[in-house]
Amino acid sequence: MSSEAEVAAVNQDIDLSPVDSILEPYLGKKEMIIPIMQKVQDHYGYLPRPAMEYVARRMRIPLSRLYGVTTFYAQFKMKPRGRYIIRVCKGTACHIQGSPKIAERIEELLDIPSGETTDDLKFTLEEVACIGACALAPVIMINDNPHGRLSPDKMKEILDSYE
Amino acid sequence: MYEKHIMICGATGCLSSGSNQVAEALNEELEKHGIKDKYRLVMGGCPGFCEVGPIIVIFPDEVFYCRLKPKDMAELVETHFVGGEIVERLLYKGPDVDAPARFYDSIPFYSKQKFNVLRNSGVIDPESIDEYIMRGGYRALKRALEMEPQAICDEVKDAGLRGRGGAGFPTGVKWGFTNKAPGPKKYIVCNADEGDPGAFMDRSILEGDPHSLLEGMLVAGKACGADEGYIYCRAEYPLAIKRLRIAIEQAEEYGLLGENILGYDFNFKMNIKEGAGAFVCGEETALLASIEGKRGMPRPRPPFPAQVGVFGKPTTINNVETLANIPLIVKEGGAEEFAKVGTEGSKGTKVFALAGKVRNTGLCEVPMGITIEEVIYDVGGGIKAGRDFKAVQAGGPSGGCIPKDLLHLPIDYDSLTKAGAIMGSGGLVVMDDRTCMVDLAKYFLSFTQKESCGKCTPCREGTKRMLEILDRITEGEGKPEDLDTLDSLAHSIKDSALCGLGQTCPNPVLSTIRYFRDEYEEHINEGFCNAGICKPLFIYQIDAESCNGCTACARACPVDAIKGEKKEPHEVIQELCTRCGSCIDKCRQDCIMITRVGSEADVGN
Repeated sequence: MSSEAEVAAVNQDIDLSPVDSILEPYLGKKEMIIPIMQKVQDHYGYLPRPAMEYVARRMRIPLSRLYGVTTFYAQFKMKPRGRYIIRVCKGTACHIQGSPKIAERIEELLDIPSGETTDDLKFTLEEVACIGACALAPVIMINDNPHGRLSPDKMKEILDSYE
Repeated sequence: MYEKHIMICGATGCLSSGSNQVAEALNEELEKHGIKDKYRLVMGGCPGFCEVGPIIVIFPDEVFYCRLKPKDMAELVETHFVGGEIVERLLYKGPDVDAPARFYDSIPFYSKQKFNVLRNSGVIDPESIDEYIMRGGYRALKRALEMEPQAICDEVKDAGLRGRGGAGFPTGVKWGFTNKAPGPKKYIVCNADEGDPGAFMDRSILEGDPHSLLEGMLVAGKACGADEGYIYCRAEYPLAIKRLRIAIEQAEEYGLLGENILGYDFNFKMNIKEGAGAFVCGEETALLASIEGKRGMPRPRPPFPAQVGVFGKPTTINNVETLANIPLIVKEGGAEEFAKVGTEGSKGTKVFALAGKVRNTGLCEVPMGITIEEVIYDVGGGIKAGRDFKAVQAGGPSGGCIPKDLLHLPIDYDSLTKAGAIMGSGGLVVMDDRTCMVDLAKYFLSFTQKESCGKCTPCREGTKRMLEILDRITEGEGKPEDLDTLDSLAHSIKDSALCGLGQTCPNPVLSTIRYFRDEYEEHINEGFCNAGICKPLFIYQIDAESCNGCTACARACPVDAIKGEKKEPHEVIQELCTRCGSCIDKCRQDCIMITRVGSEADVGN
């Protein structure tokens, strides 16, 4: 999912009705904009532009400000993501135990750089500051499953176990 | 009634070692024997010893089983639960004990620890308010409700509690500011945005003992005259958030949250805000902006949050570990008890996350004033694989490194600051001789550089320039004047950045230059990284004399850069080698050497 055109094509078919029910309890509460966007992202997997525009209109917030908030926080994604999100921990303990090599190996296996999604929308590769499982460094999370005490040669088997 | 309580660690560390599967297997086995109803199985909080996970602790027998696998469960149920005998094979074993150790008191990892904050973690069911109450929970709240607000502030001040989140400001004094601030509406905010890479004690408290935090916040609310609280928690901690929600629900049910709490004229409403992934939000004014739904950017102080905080109202912001100490201090006689532990300037205990190249990784709570050596060697069991200790990094991206000759340093706020590190949130990452200090400084700086919010120039531009220099040094293009430039940039940023993140981010660079200047100079002047980390600055060579030709390295090499016959000395083909390090981890003879670029001619001499 790299080209702008493809993203735009996906965005066109977005059903915005779920956003209504997400917004319902928060209307008029501009300070709740971050939890709102978290719920929108939970639903779509990312923040589609039409949903952003819709939220901005209903919450009476300039789209530019909403965009400013969502791009400030690492959690918010503007592009569709894969079914499995791989988060490579880049914490200190993981770094000195070799997480850069783990990341390199995954990039090699999936043939995408960090931050991107595979063409079949199966995997998205991301970096995360610290998952707090330092004792098992180096660690990655695939969706909600942590995998610890990794080495580059274990990565293929782990990725293959996700269908 | 249950005969025994089986606590399985359900924290992130043990989950990644497979505690879920172990729990399932145990459940099946108990069912098979038809004795499931006699035992209470709890996915509990973290006992701290992540290294040997998954862990099961059985009460009241006080038996600690570790490194468990699902297939061990049949024997465990048969022997322990049916037969009443301890399964010796599954007890803790290590080079630091003579015989398999049965419980906390006989396991060296635990012997120097003192449990204040972690008193309930791994002992109670974190999803049961009754178990918290049974262990003395909410007694401090009851007492606080009968006290004058200022008296609570004074008591916390006299106990000597200092903020556990970083700067170490006296908590009672902070509360006093908010208490004295005018206005009917005030807030208590708990900073649970534990972002320091290498620290996970707050998560452990949230997951293992969420009510201790709620109680701490309620007492703070009474002391400051606040009636609403926010817990700002990282979204990366889904289990912590789930447990907090359960705890809040239960407290509301029991009349410990809401209106007229315990029949007193005191109301408190608790909210959870999930962070959205921005390190700078650990800075208090940025955190406030984030709660208000804005970009999490810091603002200058004064006014301090105690005057102008969240939504413009007076606000007290405390960290999780600080608040979890409160129930112990405010309970009857707690303040004196608390102040008995620690040093003159730093009272109580501190939880440290011990990670890196140390044998016993995990979470430990030790009295303030304990030496670094005791933590690393007695609690931590020394360095992994018998290598040499090089340094320990304390305080994360705002902290610094402490070298070998300062191992005797007592751990307290003032000693650490004097040594160029900080207490910070309590991450201790241990490094051995295979860690490159220049690379480490670069790692921390690239982290803060990425997380800089961009509001003030010193942090936005200064960290970028420093990082460029470090990048050059690790690529072999360092210049002799680089160290002076780094030093001067670092001091300018420290003096002029807007917030705590900016002011402290040069610390890792300054402290590594202070203690490991020769390593920087070796990189710059000799083009050599002796730790074997900065790829353009070293090569691997095989010592022909000690190589026995086991072929382990050649099989591990992903690019076939190691050649040699079986049982004959092997050789690295430098043109093919990518210096990925796969071979060096596999070699059992320790014959792969890290040598200078261009030293091929010396092989065999």
